Amino acid sequence: MNMIQTQVRSSAALQAVFVALVGLTLVFASGFAQSQTLHDAAHDMRHSTGFPCH
Amino acid sequence: MRHMLSSAVFAGFAAGLLCALLQYILVEPKILLAERYESGELVHFQGVPTAAAQADAMAKSMPGMEMSAAPAGLGHGEAEGSSPYRGALTVLFAVLTYCGYGLVLMGGIQIAEQIGIKLGLAQGVLWGLAGFAAFQLMPALGLQPDLPGTPSADLQARQVWWALTAACTAMGLWLLSYGHGLVQRAAGVALLAAPHVWGAPVLPEFAGVAPPELASAFAARSLGVGLITWMALGGMLVTLWHSEPAK
Repeated sequence: MNMIQTQVRSSAALQAVFVALVGLTLVFASGFAQSQTLHDAAHDMRHSTGFPCH
Repeated sequence: MRHMLSSAVFAGFAAGLLCALLQYILVEPKILLAERYESGELVHFQGVPTAAAQADAMAKSMPGMEMSAAPAGLGHGEAEGSSPYRGALTVLFAVLTYCGYGLVLMGGIQIAEQIGIKLGLAQGVLWGLAGFAAFQLMPALGLQPDLPGTPSADLQARQVWWALTAACTAMGLWLLSYGHGLVQRAAGVALLAAPHVWGAPVLPEFAGVAPPELASAFAARSLGVGLITWMALGGMLVTLWHSEPAK
């Protein structure tokens, strides 16, 4: 019983880490990526949200 | 898992829309005005050169420093002005960014609940405040929100410092809030302070072309919008996450 609980808990923690990593990827793509198109499109949001921009 | 993703994305989507609306009313006018100074259309004090001319002069005097005023694309060189297309892109990226933040916050909240920490609406708002501190306020202590056309230090160095500050702040706040004993709490404080003791990459002199009143209004408003949006994100996220009985 205890082992099952531990497994459930560790799989939930893994899912949490996965969700956070997906979020970080999204944040870095919209806030940090320097391709010209992405930069131009995200320009005003980057300035107003405090990301380092150009 | 699906419930985690959908809670984060819905909360992030709504927070992104709120952020875009507040930015449109409070921040965008300052950006558009600053771009008229950046392009040289407006000049703060006669005889002050435009951003591009200043960047040239500074690049000559400080080799190795990357200037931000290189004329390229949106918001550089010519003032683009407001347009529905530009507004729509800003809304889109505000939504994407806050969906990303929502997912990061969701991951943290799930880990906290796994180790037995109970979270209600008030704690959700506090988690939002912590996110604001990690991703906007503490990085802004070293790298203030810059108007377009403000020359600043090497971009990559600033991005690295920004990311490390966000990570240190998040870990530091976790240890301060949920750590046990003096050692863990002291480590939390040390993590919060470390990036600022190290110091953010900044230029040795001031070279912005916009009036200081404009820059300070922009900085205050962008931080204010961030604060409101993050609190809303944290509150909505916890509410949505706890809304479904079968999770």
